[in-house]
Amino acid sequence: MNLWYSLVGLLPFEWAAPGTMYFMKNALLAILVISPLFGLLSTLVVQNNMAFFSDALGHSAFTGMAIGALVGLMDQTWTAVAFALIFALLFTYVRHRSKMSSDTIIGVFSSAAMALGIFLSTLGGQSFSKFNVLLIGDILSVQPGKIGLLFLILLLILALWLYAYNGLMLSSIHPALAGSRGIRTFLQQALFTAAIAVVVTLSMTWVGLLVINSLLVLPGALSRNLAKNTAQYHLLAVLSAILCGIAGLLTSYYLGTSAGATITLYLALLFFLSLIFARRGR
Amino acid sequence: MNFPNHGAPGEGCAGACCLRVDRLCVKLEEDTILQDISFHLHCGEMVALIGPNGAGKTSLFQSILGQIPYTGKITFERPGTGPSRPLIGYVPQSPAFDSRAPVSVLDFFAAAISPWPVFLPVPISLRTKVQNCLDRVQGGALLDKRIGALSGGELQRVLLAMALEPLPQILILDEPLSGVDVEGEHQLMELLQSIRREYDLSILFSTHDFQTLPQYADRVMLLHRGLRKIGGPAEVLQSPEFRAAFHLGETRKGGWSV
Repeated sequence: MNLWYSLVGLLPFEWAAPGTMYFMKNALLAILVISPLFGLLSTLVVQNNMAFFSDALGHSAFTGMAIGALVGLMDQTWTAVAFALIFALLFTYVRHRSKMSSDTIIGVFSSAAMALGIFLSTLGGQSFSKFNVLLIGDILSVQPGKIGLLFLILLLILALWLYAYNGLMLSSIHPALAGSRGIRTFLQQALFTAAIAVVVTLSMTWVGLLVINSLLVLPGALSRNLAKNTAQYHLLAVLSAILCGIAGLLTSYYLGTSAGATITLYLALLFFLSLIFARRGR
Repeated sequence: MNFPNHGAPGEGCAGACCLRVDRLCVKLEEDTILQDISFHLHCGEMVALIGPNGAGKTSLFQSILGQIPYTGKITFERPGTGPSRPLIGYVPQSPAFDSRAPVSVLDFFAAAISPWPVFLPVPISLRTKVQNCLDRVQGGALLDKRIGALSGGELQRVLLAMALEPLPQILILDEPLSGVDVEGEHQLMELLQSIRREYDLSILFSTHDFQTLPQYADRVMLLHRGLRKIGGPAEVLQSPEFRAAFHLGETRKGGWSV
């Protein structure tokens, strides 16, 4: 972290001066780790029509935290991660076995998890408002330990991509062809949804559920308008996520707005620009 | 039965290689999809499978491919060797494509035939390999096109090139002509003809396009609650079994005009 602080100290911003504003420097480093993470995940989220999946997962995290609180844990992150993992694997299994379309299944899972979360957390007449932080998030509250953990996860996702991307892409585009070439994607699907579950749950407290969903969809969606092949698609998604992440954080610092929301606005702006410049026809 | 290109090998597989399907049955849950299907497919032969929707054409292909459970025997024989599993190239029926997908033909192809993760730029050697595969089907120019921008005929060509890598002994195509315009149909059928001559492989394909059969198929198999009829195109298309299967009434006496 000291290396990072001295690196940031070279930047010409008032908050970058040595010895001050550590929360801002942490936040910038966090953005540099999570934006490529979300950019990468968004490519397959969009490809697999799973735009609402992260939303549903976030709902399951409420349930996980409520269970953690019931059991009496101080840090409920891990019950949330565990519950989200179970949720993601169950979802993959049901999607694999049933002929229902994914958005229907996501809807069923999402509402069930949300209802269970509200039910558990309001047991005995408690208020639900303590979960508000999960909806909006506060990136300035990020701790260096969490950033390290997310960096580790970024490496794991990269490994997953190297191992599973071809199969997941083929089976989303042409399932019959993938099947005929002996590509069985249940394991890859399960790992992919599990990865989203872990990333969403871990970053929820400081990115906020409302914004996570947009981070998981917008980079992929806007790159899809421009890219001609898979490599371009990934490059654009990751770059736009990083760019908007940094721009959003800096803007929010000077305007005093929510960082997550500002990042999302930048991404949305890029999305509309990409529509204008979308490749035409072929 | 007559075989314009290979004489009449009769019941056995003497001399040439062949795929024998013997009393094949497929059950899916409680429904019997296929019952008691027996036929031989000889080397270099081009056979069309016809039948109404739901007759089990795709299931027949999938059982030959070993993708679904079946009873009965499917064996492949070559002179000099015993029965073995054939190497089969399969061109599945294509779904309605997501035409916006940012996936080029190269990405799609490379992902299917190599372990290289295609979200990274594809190395030159792999690119050349895919190019060579596409050249086999006269589709070299399609390499950098997006999958979603291909016409029906171009897509079939790409899938055909994939099925030919590695070079199979039997090529199976599930409705290759659906979604292909008339011009593309003839190009594709001519291509299949030249491929089977060049590589001496058997081609089995399903189709609803009966006009092209006399020109391109050596034999036609009619599937309709079991295998109803096997024979030359004219023989099958004018048979009463054909009329019954496709509900062609008495007004269409004489069957399909050939």
